[in-house]
Amino acid sequence: MAVAAVLVRKPLEQVSGLLRRRFHRTAPAALQVTVREAINQGMDEELERDEKVFLLGEEVAQYDGAYKVSRGLWKKYGDKRIIDTPISEVSFPSGSRPWRGMSAGLRPICEFMTFNFSMQAIDQVINSAAKTYYMSGGLQSVPIVFRGPNGASAGVAAQHSQCFAAWYGHCPGLKVVSPWSSEDAKGLIKSAIRDNNPVVVLENELMYGVPFELPSEAQSKDFLIPIGKAKIERQGTHVTIVAHSRPVGHCLEAATVLSKEGIECEVINLRTIRPMDIETIEGSVMKTNHLVTVEGGWPQFGVGAEICARIMEGPAFNFLDAPAVRVTGADVPMPYAKILEDNSVPQVKDIIFAIKKTLNI
Amino acid sequence: MKKMLTAAVSRVLSGVTQKLASRVLVASCKYSNNATFEIKKCDLYRLEEGPPVTTVLTREDGLKYYKMMQTIRRMELKADQLYKQKFIRGFCHLCDGQEACCVGLEAGINPTDHVITSYRAHGLSYTRGLTVRSILAELTGRRAGCAKGKGGSMHMYAKNFYGGNGIVGAQGPLGAGVALACKYKGNNEVCLTLYGDGAANQGQISEAYNMAALWNLPCIFICENNRYGMGTSVERAAASTDYYKRGNFIPGLRVDGMDILCVREATKFAADYCRSGKGPILMELLTYRYHGHSMSDPGISYRTREEIQSVRSKSDPIMLLKDKMVNNQLASVEELKEIDVEVRKEIDDAAQFAMTDPEPPLEELGHHIYSSNPPFDIRGANQWIKFQSIS
Repeated sequence: MAVAAVLVRKPLEQVSGLLRRRFHRTAPAALQVTVREAINQGMDEELERDEKVFLLGEEVAQYDGAYKVSRGLWKKYGDKRIIDTPISEVSFPSGSRPWRGMSAGLRPICEFMTFNFSMQAIDQVINSAAKTYYMSGGLQSVPIVFRGPNGASAGVAAQHSQCFAAWYGHCPGLKVVSPWSSEDAKGLIKSAIRDNNPVVVLENELMYGVPFELPSEAQSKDFLIPIGKAKIERQGTHVTIVAHSRPVGHCLEAATVLSKEGIECEVINLRTIRPMDIETIEGSVMKTNHLVTVEGGWPQFGVGAEICARIMEGPAFNFLDAPAVRVTGADVPMPYAKILEDNSVPQVKDIIFAIKKTLNI
Repeated sequence: MKKMLTAAVSRVLSGVTQKLASRVLVASCKYSNNATFEIKKCDLYRLEEGPPVTTVLTREDGLKYYKMMQTIRRMELKADQLYKQKFIRGFCHLCDGQEACCVGLEAGINPTDHVITSYRAHGLSYTRGLTVRSILAELTGRRAGCAKGKGGSMHMYAKNFYGGNGIVGAQGPLGAGVALACKYKGNNEVCLTLYGDGAANQGQISEAYNMAALWNLPCIFICENNRYGMGTSVERAAASTDYYKRGNFIPGLRVDGMDILCVREATKFAADYCRSGKGPILMELLTYRYHGHSMSDPGISYRTREEIQSVRSKSDPIMLLKDKMVNNQLASVEELKEIDVEVRKEIDDAAQFAMTDPEPPLEELGHHIYSSNPPFDIRGANQWIKFQSIS
C-alpha cells in the first residue's frame, strides 16, 4: 500500500510541479510601465543595491524631480543620497570628483534638468570626466552617470530643444546611451550606474509619460541592457531604418503604414550612441540593401552622418543599392510657433518620403 | 456738501467723451499735484550713503505707474488663462507680484539705458516698450509676435532690451558685456543686468562681477530675490542669502521690491553711481511671485497658500501704490477703477488678437539664421525639403 502510494505520489508531484512551473511561465507577466517609472525603478534598485550610488541635481529631492523622474526617492533614501543642488551645473561633476570617486568609490548620478543646461558643465563632463582615465594612464576611473531629458520637447523654443547625441557621441572616453522604451530606459540606466565609466544617458521628455509593456525579464532587479548593443525592433527585408530615442516610435509607425503597401522595413533601435553597434546595422543593410537613418538632432555632423560614413568604410557598402539617406531635425534653432516647430522635427511623413525615395518608389 | 456736489457733477459728466473733462473738473477740486512719501531705508554694503528716504510722487507719475503695473498684472493673468486654454505652449514664467520691480526700474533709468533679464521677462518686455499685443501674440506663436513667433515666452527682445534668456545666469556675463559697450562708446548709459536668487549661485555671475569691477563697467547687477529658485527656497540653495553682499568687492543695497517708490529711488541712485564712473553696483530687490516657477508648477509644494495670501494682502505692489495715492489725494478709488476697466479692455483686445492672428508662414522657418548674409538654402527634415534663409 505504501509502495503504491509512493508510486502514485512521485508522478503526481512531478505533474503538479510541472503544472506549477507552466503556470508561472504562462501567467501574465508583462506590466504597463511608463518610461518615467522605468527610470525611477532602475535608479531605486541601484540605490538599494549599492550604498555608494547617490543622485544629485536641481529639484531632484524635495520637489520629486522637475519631471518627477525621481519621485519618492528622497522620501525613501533621505538627504544623504538624494541631494538638491543650487543652480550650479558646473559643480555637479566636480561635486563628485574623479579622485573622490576613486578613493571613496562613490558612484554619483548627476541629473541635468535638461541637457541644454549641461552646456554649463560640458567642460567638466569632457575634460574632467571623459578624459581622466586615459590621461592618468588607467589610474583614475570615473564611475559617473549624467542623465536628463535631451532634444526637442513641445514649444520650449531654441535654448531648450537641442539634441546632444552628436556632441557627446563625438568624445572618446564617454559612453552615450539613448533609450526609447521603458525596457530600454530601465536596462540602460542600471547598466550605466554599474559601469565604471562616465555614461551620458539621453532621455526624452516627451517619452516620460509613454507606457510600454515591460516584459517579465525586465522586471528583475538584475535586468541589464548591455551598453553598445542595438536592438532590432521590427524585422523587415526591404529597407533598414536606424533611429534612437523618440524617433524609433515614428519609424515603427512609418513601417506600419508602408507594410500596407508591401514594403517591409527593418527598424533598428540604436540604444547606444557610443560605442555604436555598427555590426547590427551592417548585418541588416547586407540583407535589405537600403539604409535610412532617423534622428531628432541637426543634420551636420550628426548621428546619421556617422552611421553613413561607417557603412561606407565597412563590408555593407557593397550591398547598398542606393545612397543612404538621413532624416533629421531641420538645420535651424528650434522655432517656437507650432507650425514652424512641427516642421523642424522629423515627422512620420518625412520618414516615409525618405524611404520611398531610397527605394526609388 | 462740496464732495456731494463734485460727485454729482462727475456722475453727470461721466461718459467716454466727457471722461477727460470730468476728470479735470474733479481733479481741480480734489487732487493734489504731488505728495511726499517716506520710503524704507535700504540696507547698505560698502556704501556710505544710500538712496534718499523720502521721495516725491507726482499725480501724473502715480497714475502712469499704476496703469503700467495693472497692465502687467492683467497681462500675466491673461497669459495664465491662455496657457490653460493651450494657446500658449511650452514654458511660461509669470511675474505677477513683481510688478513694482519692472516698473520701478524703468522709472529710474532712461529709455536709452539697457536692460537684460532672465526668462521671467514679460513685465520688463512691456516696460521696455513692447506692446501687450506683440507680447501676447509672441506667447501664442503668431506672426505679429515681437519675435515673429519664433522665440516664444523666453525670447522677447526690444530696443535696448536683450531678452528674455532661457539659460539660468547666462544673462550675467551678457549684461556685463553690454555695460562694456556703454563704457567703450562713452555714452553715459548703464546696463541693468537682472537675475534671480537661484541664478545668484551660478559661477558665471561671479565671473561677471569680477570683470565688471575690474574694468569699472557701468553695470547695475540686480538680484530679484523672490525667495524661491523654482522649488528650492533661498536657505536651501545659498550659503549666504545676503544677495546684495554677494558681489564681494562690489557695493550693494537691499531694496524693498514691493514698493515701487523704493525701487525707483534705489535705481536712480544706482544709475547715478554707475554714471559717475565708480563702476558696478548691486541691487537686491526683495520681491515675491504669486504664481509657481512656471505654469507647470502649482507653486504650493514648497510654500504654503497662507504665505502667498499673506504677501498678497499685506505687500501687493499695486495695492500699496493705490493706498498711497488714494490716502494722499493723488487719485480717487473711482478713477483708479476706471483705469482698471481701461486696462482690462486693452488686455482682452490684445488677447483676442493673439488668439486669431495667423501663425508665421512656413516659408519663414529658415529666415534669420545669419545677419547681413545673401540668401541660402536650409536643409529640412530630409535632403529633399529645403527652406530659403533670408537675413
